[in-house]
Amino acid sequence: METDWIMGLVGGLMIGLAASLYLLGNGRIMGASGIIGGLVDKSEWSSATDRIVFLIGLILAPSIYIFIFEFEADTKATTNVIILILAGLLVGFGTRLANGCTSGHGVCGISRLSIRGIASTIFYIFAGVVTVALLRNLWGAIQ
Amino acid sequence: MRRLVAFCSGSLFGVGLLLSGMTDTSKVQGWLDFFGNWDPTLAFVMGGAMVPMFIAWRFTEGRKPIYAEKFPSRPQSNIDRDLILGSVLFGVGWGLAGLCPGPAIASLGFGGSQSALFVLAMLLGMRLTPSIRLQISSSSAT
Repeated sequence: METDWIMGLVGGLMIGLAASLYLLGNGRIMGASGIIGGLVDKSEWSSATDRIVFLIGLILAPSIYIFIFEFEADTKATTNVIILILAGLLVGFGTRLANGCTSGHGVCGISRLSIRGIASTIFYIFAGVVTVALLRNLWGAIQ
Repeated sequence: MRRLVAFCSGSLFGVGLLLSGMTDTSKVQGWLDFFGNWDPTLAFVMGGAMVPMFIAWRFTEGRKPIYAEKFPSRPQSNIDRDLILGSVLFGVGWGLAGLCPGPAIASLGFGGSQSALFVLAMLLGMRLTPSIRLQISSSSAT
């Protein structure tokens, strides 16, 4: 659709504003994997309430938006249970090992011109491109 | 106030992810499908998100956060094995399902059992990371 890129830009600006608010207000990097991971392995338990409140907003707000504006939302995710579990494990382990994901290394890291953020983003996009190319061409699992 | 900031930030992040198409796995995989029918949307999402953050980082210089003592210090600049290995594994998972941590959580309310299953596996992966990390470093040391 022609409006996709406008929505992408608008949504992107909102993501950037959310990260700016978190940084300037609370002095923290808005990285999804770090916020979740610090709770899951209890490595950063001292800021647990901030993280939980952030996640509550992250879960509730999109659903409330969908409800109020009757926005059509569909993840169109695969129904293949093995792929979902394998991908979830890889994303969980990989982002914690690399200490960041698309929001932390990508949005916050690149905008700070962090070498680690830029390097991480190059590696995960490269791996993602190769994976999708293999899926589509060899397996045809996704349309 | 810290909690209010966190709640507003999380909410804004969630709606941004929804509107931008990041919670739509076909758009994410379409963007990663560089050698196929490439969908450029995610480049606009990334670009759009960079602009406020680039300004925000400039703003941090010589200042303090409103509700905290200091801004996060610059991480060490070395690119180590964990960063590369972790990023590659994350990228493979991202390509396989089209979900990364933020959008996966944001889609829990409307993504049905697929989002729930992915998030459960992701949390397990995160939970196991400290012990796996220890094993990797001890095996490479010997």
